[in-house]
Amino acid sequence: MKKDKPDRRSTRRGAHTGLILLPFTVSLAILVWYLVVWLGELQPFILPTPGLVMQRFLQVLGNGTLLRHFWVTLGEVLAGLALGALAAIVTGYPLAKSRRLERLLAPYIVASQSVPVVAIAPLLVIWFGPGLLSKVLICSLIVFFPILINTVVGVRAVPEDLHDLMRSLKASRWQIFSLLEVPAAMPVLLGGLRIGATLAVIGAVVGEFVGSDRGLGFLINVGRGQYDVALVFVAVFSLVFMALVLYGLVLLAERRLLAWQQRPKDELI
Amino acid sequence: MSHKLASSYLIVEDLSASFANGNGGLNVLDRISFTVEEAEFVCLLGPSGSGKSTLLRILAGLLEYQSGQVLLEGRSLRGPRAGVGIVFQKSNLMPWRTVRENIQLPLELQKELDNRSQADVQELIELVGLDGFEDTLPRDLSGGMAQRVAIARALVHDPGLLLLDEPFGALDALTRERMASELLRIWNARQKTVFMVTHDISEAVYLADRVLAFSDRPARITLDLAINLPRPRLPEMRYTPGFGMMAQQLRAALQS
Ligand SMILES: Nc1ncnc2c1ncn2[C@@H]1O[C@H](COP(=O)(O)OP(=O)(O)OP(=O)(O)O)[C@@H](O)[C@H]1O
Ligand SMILES: [Mg+2]
Repeated sequence: MKKDKPDRRSTRRGAHTGLILLPFTVSLAILVWYLVVWLGELQPFILPTPGLVMQRFLQVLGNGTLLRHFWVTLGEVLAGLALGALAAIVTGYPLAKSRRLERLLAPYIVASQSVPVVAIAPLLVIWFGPGLLSKVLICSLIVFFPILINTVVGVRAVPEDLHDLMRSLKASRWQIFSLLEVPAAMPVLLGGLRIGATLAVIGAVVGEFVGSDRGLGFLINVGRGQYDVALVFVAVFSLVFMALVLYGLVLLAERRLLAWQQRPKDELI
Repeated sequence: MSHKLASSYLIVEDLSASFANGNGGLNVLDRISFTVEEAEFVCLLGPSGSGKSTLLRILAGLLEYQSGQVLLEGRSLRGPRAGVGIVFQKSNLMPWRTVRENIQLPLELQKELDNRSQADVQELIELVGLDGFEDTLPRDLSGGMAQRVAIARALVHDPGLLLLDEPFGALDALTRERMASELLRIWNARQKTVFMVTHDISEAVYLADRVLAFSDRPARITLDLAINLPRPRLPEMRYTPGFGMMAQQLRAALQS
């Protein structure tokens, strides 16, 4: 027990060293990038220099283009994540509680997962139009499975002894759900949400590639069509930024909601 | 005789229980019969793995039994009853709740958490010697402290029947004796029926009106011994010849 405290402190220190090193690693990456462009004598439409990308970034930021597309994609991601997570939790809970239901549905759920989302994205765009709805559905499809699995695992992992305690105290079903199952499953569930947050960004871009006239995925398409590789880079970095922010937000929620837990050792994964 | 049985608080008759496993099932309890009167303090001794916790879980209504019957207050026991307090062998706390929140849980479930009961909670916290740790999380408690939280939680809703599975297992000798005396005091003041599993022979003799001894698995009752020491029990009694005789008898029953 005593050992935990220094442990927790040392992981935090580990995170700090990571932050301190960040400027160095980024500078190093930029340096390597410059070297590759110069030594390979690459044309800007193959690989622009970091400076050019920066220039393009400030340009599309200044005229509002970037933010307009950024918000569209973010909206798709958030709506898709919410819808997918909700569907996964609502399906996952009864699945976790009933082995029979699991045996009944598991084959279909697993089979549905072997269909790549990229393959059915065109169908969804045909059925639901090139607007927001099809992207939201693609996002929720892609986040559904990992969150479903984590819901099932989380609910199943609730200690049997605590179930016994609640039953011996004649707790109602709602009390067992809200006072035992929700908090006990929360760590695993949030782990699923963390994975889902990054997957949702991929889902949105896939949807925009297939058919859309807005969003960061659309911007990448435009850049590619015009050999404007700098613009492609700007869009890609924006997507990375979005995924990191979402991931960080879930991490923050974990810190708040799971303060009762020992800090897990694999803090970033 | 049968009239007396019918009026007992708890009647266990020909109770057998087994667990399903690969080779045909594991018989754990083998036609157990005993009775417990209201407000009686009964201790159960037995070798490890003999089925003590299994019996306790059946008495709590948490485990189904294959044959025989269990009557609690005259009614056949099917599922948990209200007004039972349990201390599990492991402390079994909710890791996301503080000491106080864990102890309050039974009151919360019965929607009886108010100012008056909150004062009772505080009193219990002091009783088990955890004042100052009210807002501590289970991860920062020692094993013995966690067990004391579990004891307080079992007492907080003032249950008529207390089922205790080695409640003092993780405590040091002195705390153990203090907690035992406190348990006696509460039992005395509030007229509870106590059924307690322990592996400490002298603790059983010191506390109980009657001590049951289990054989190895499948468990049968090898001795049902009335402890006719006067009440209140005093720590000095542990060193009297009568006490030693009974302890010796139980030791022999456990070894047979
Ligand atoms: N849920 C279960 N499924 C299968 N077997 C079980 C289960 N619970 C207990 N057993 C088996 O039943 C036997 C009795 O277990 P029990 O926990 O009642 O023993 P005990 O007398 O409380 O032992 P100890 O003093 O070590 O706590 C053991 O052999 C155990 O392996
Ligand atoms: Mg046991």
